[in-house]
Amino acid sequence: MKNIPAIELEHVHFRYGRTELFRNISFSIVQGEYAGIVGPNGSGKSTLLKLMLGVLQPSSGTIRILGEDTKNISARTHVGYVPQHITQTDRAFPATVEEVVLSGRTPRKKLFHRFTSADFMAATHAMERSGIDPLRKRKLHELSGGERQRVFIARALATEPAILILDEPTVGIDAASQEMFYEFLHKLNADGITILVVSHDTHALMHEVKCMLCLQEGELCHCTLDDLKDHEHIHKHAAGLPHHSSPSHHV
Amino acid sequence: MIACIAPLIGMFLVTRRYALMADALSHIAFAGVAIGILTGIQRVFSALVTAVLGALAIEMLRRRQAANSEALLSLFLSGSLALAVILLSFSKGGSTNITTYLFGSITTVTPTDVTLIVLLGLVVALVVLVLYRQLFLLSLDEELAEASGVHASRINTILIVLTAVTVSLCMRIVGILLVGALMVIPVLAAIQITRSFFQTLMLSIVISIASVILGLYASYFYSLPSGATIVMICLGFFVMGLAWNQMRRS
Repeated sequence: MKNIPAIELEHVHFRYGRTELFRNISFSIVQGEYAGIVGPNGSGKSTLLKLMLGVLQPSSGTIRILGEDTKNISARTHVGYVPQHITQTDRAFPATVEEVVLSGRTPRKKLFHRFTSADFMAATHAMERSGIDPLRKRKLHELSGGERQRVFIARALATEPAILILDEPTVGIDAASQEMFYEFLHKLNADGITILVVSHDTHALMHEVKCMLCLQEGELCHCTLDDLKDHEHIHKHAAGLPHHSSPSHHV
Repeated sequence: MIACIAPLIGMFLVTRRYALMADALSHIAFAGVAIGILTGIQRVFSALVTAVLGALAIEMLRRRQAANSEALLSLFLSGSLALAVILLSFSKGGSTNITTYLFGSITTVTPTDVTLIVLLGLVVALVVLVLYRQLFLLSLDEELAEASGVHASRINTILIVLTAVTVSLCMRIVGILLVGALMVIPVLAAIQITRSFFQTLMLSIVISIASVILGLYASYFYSLPSGATIVMICLGFFVMGLAWNQMRRS
């Protein structure tokens, strides 16, 4: 099980209408990795995430999560997902922190099954781990951006995931909260959770992740830790500028 | 039964910012009533079928991104009203009791209507109970729901079909023009008072039941139209909820 990659893309092509968004992308992320994906606006970062999450299916090629094809809904139970714009959820949405976190157990429940005490315990554990247990009875819209982000991370952790995927997690979060947030991600990674962060904020990300993938013009380039020291290399990718390195199709 | 299912469905419409859907579907149901009057088909049945077909058409166009959701609802709302008026112009004398459909009247409800309301109402309540977790996730964030394995398009379709059924069932009591209010206002009133999603759902049902009972009593004793009286009482609850919320904040 340990040898199976956490996330694996094999010769993935994806078309949206007549536009070919991704051409023959192949890469894998090993279990326990802390990876980041950067790329300019419109490069398809969020679409790539949706493919990995199984929300979209590739035009051709295969995507596997812990060896399971994302066409199978059960593959999604391995992934905890924190979407973009969670800090901007509807202010009038009437839900408590506890309800939102508990909703993370939904993928693990069959249609006619109710939440059991094990689900409530998993939600409580996720809230304690994320440091939001004292806020459990608070309404979502009463929280700050940073607190709300922790709620959605706790929601993702309630699924007991092997992989945590975060889409632009630091948007709308102040600098102090960002620092605490990355510290928290490091703790989760140290606990064995594979982490994949997609962000436009290359500068912040390059100091946090162990490996970086750069998405540009439908292709993915891999950057190792040593490459990360070459700030210019990364920034050129993120800004959509020409670069010299050739795309690496298998990482 | 209608006091229970109207806010039950309304809760998910309000939280999904789909509140206008109830009004659009009630106008489509009105076109169905006009078809029933013209063809002699049982009117609740023709309204039900037309509303469900209209709901499916709205969802199909929304998915194809033919227009934004708000514009689509407006299009169906005015289009179906125009169709109903044209169809009614062909009927000879059949449109004389149309105000009972427009504004509701409990005295004209037939035993067939009652059977249909009870049976389909139970189906609506059961489906919401089974899909509660999925509907909650979809209301919270559609992308998150899809990533969690929820078939968003399938659940969306089920939700608007349930809305169409609920609208068709409620229209005899509160009327086509006011059915949206019974689905939306109790939820808005409950949101002012409660903290959790589940509490809001339960309180909105309580408010809806209280409004229907009080409204029917008031309409009987003061010879008022039942639908409008029920909606005015719902509004009263909303104002009280709003005042309570303001007091709590201050």
